[in-house]
Amino acid sequence: MAGVCTDEEREKVVDFLNGKSSVKSKFYFQDFLPLFPDKKPREVKKVLSALIDGGVLEYWSSGSTTMYGLKGAGKQSAAEGES
Amino acid sequence: MAKFKTPLLDELETGPWPSFVADIKQESAHRDANPDNLDYQIPADTLDDLLGQLELSYKEKETHWKHGGIVGVFGYGGGVIGRYSDQPEMFPGIAAFHTMRVAQPAGKYYDTKFLRKLCDIWDLRGSGLTNMHGSTGDIVLLGTQTPQLEEIFWELTHDLNNDLGGSGSNLRTPAACLGQSRCEYACYNTQDMCYNLTEEYQDELHRPAFPYKFKFKFDGCPNGCVCSMARSDFAVIGTWKDDIKIDQEKVKAYVGGEFKPNAGSHAGRDWGPFDIQKEVVERCPSQCMKWDGNALTIDNANCVRCMHCIDTMPRALRIGDERGATILVGAKAPVVDGAQLGSVLVPFISTEEPYDEIKELINKIWDWWMEEGKNRERLGETMKRLSFQKLLDATEVPAQPCQVKHPRTNPFIFFKEDEVPGGWKRDLAAYRQRHQR
Ligand code: HEM
Ligand code: SF4
Ligand code: SF4
Repeated sequence: MAGVCTDEEREKVVDFLNGKSSVKSKFYFQDFLPLFPDKKPREVKKVLSALIDGGVLEYWSSGSTTMYGLKGAGKQSAAEGES
Repeated sequence: MAKFKTPLLDELETGPWPSFVADIKQESAHRDANPDNLDYQIPADTLDDLLGQLELSYKEKETHWKHGGIVGVFGYGGGVIGRYSDQPEMFPGIAAFHTMRVAQPAGKYYDTKFLRKLCDIWDLRGSGLTNMHGSTGDIVLLGTQTPQLEEIFWELTHDLNNDLGGSGSNLRTPAACLGQSRCEYACYNTQDMCYNLTEEYQDELHRPAFPYKFKFKFDGCPNGCVCSMARSDFAVIGTWKDDIKIDQEKVKAYVGGEFKPNAGSHAGRDWGPFDIQKEVVERCPSQCMKWDGNALTIDNANCVRCMHCIDTMPRALRIGDERGATILVGAKAPVVDGAQLGSVLVPFISTEEPYDEIKELINKIWDWWMEEGKNRERLGETMKRLSFQKLLDATEVPAQPCQVKHPRTNPFIFFKEDEVPGGWKRDLAAYRQRHQR
């Protein structure tokens, strides 16, 4: 399933992440849901997937848990809770 | 010649079991000799460094692996587990040592061509170490470096027609028992359902957006060869609605010693003559069988499909004909909460292709869990926190007695007015005419 994302949606996600960049660089999927109160989680996923494909976001995975962050932000191999 | 002295690891080779230390040393020696003249794509001393770092960890009683990372193949959030050494100067060969999960075929059927080709890829581009299979069920390829990931992925998908498995907060590689391909107990085609759902849920497998991991497993019958009831958030366990089929002549043949019980599997010592009363009838967990010396009868309404009698006398007893599956949800190992086995959600569901009923149920569960689940919470924990009743609401599955293990210790079923014919609005004046204050 391809991702779908408008410019406005991209801005919302990027602004959210930039706003938090001094505190954290990686976020759980659930952290993005409040940005889109009218969307079901699986629609929010399409937005994030499009941003991953477009190289705006990247996944971080501990192996058991996955998080999302701006591409290149934070330490690439820092542990969970250490970002 | 080993790069590091490893006296603590060497101890492990002295035990009675095959040792992973011996395996790693053997592969290391093989790489040094390089009989096939391979142009190894990761450093030659990777395995020596692996042993060296592990020895250090044994000495210091502390791990030197960093946990996690952003590595993966393009567009996939799962399948690659980034691992880095926190002592890369001392052990440069394992500065990066990523694990790849590769989807195992349904029922784990391979041909040797596939296995050879897989090992060829991994010899060239990885450490040569594999784990067939991980606890997750996947083929696990242990240890490669970042630039090799896309290469390996390309070869896996193009040359082997295979795919990476799941890791992280996504649908994990589904697993099935070998089912109807070899087993007469299978109540549905586990391998087909496993493959069909794997194809259906590609996005969930490769792009993580769940609160935490989610696993499907498919057992053809309650014997549970992939242990779905303990190991998966959504267990599909084959069952039947009608009666266990009894061939009375064959029952007598077991009693007379003509057939060995359990297909002869308890052959290690002499257990004496087969005693149907003690070994079958009295072992039935719901005490629903009777043997009068001539005929075996089963009160099927009380049979809980434990499989014991069928396992003991497979020639005489067979699964029923009206087949489907029971869905259990919420099993998990401890993380946020303690370990949990699955709970029955749907006692009987159709297992007819294309499995629409099952898919509908899965979609409802995911919609609910993705919305309500907290970070790192498995479905079983969300169920426990918000109640089983909330799950029944979300899935539109009616409350029914088979969801309750012990009535009175499990009072989670409360009916709402609109679920009760006629509701419970009452005319107070009329009531007072019949009842005094
Ligand atoms: C269809 C009718 C009834 C229904 C659906 C019903 C339902 C229930 C439920 C759900 C409980 C809580 C059980 C638990 O938490 O373990 C309960 C408790 C109880 N019910 Fe009923 N009940 C019914 C009729 C009656 C009648 C007619 C009586 C007495 C004459 C009665 C006496 C009690 C008592 C004493 C308790 C408390 C038991 C305890 O605390 O261990 N119930 N009932
Ligand atoms: S789970 Fe049941 S059907 Fe599947 S292989 Fe085991 S015994 Fe056979
Ligand atoms: S399957 Fe189990 S519960 Fe059912 S009759 Fe046989 S022994 Fe009893």
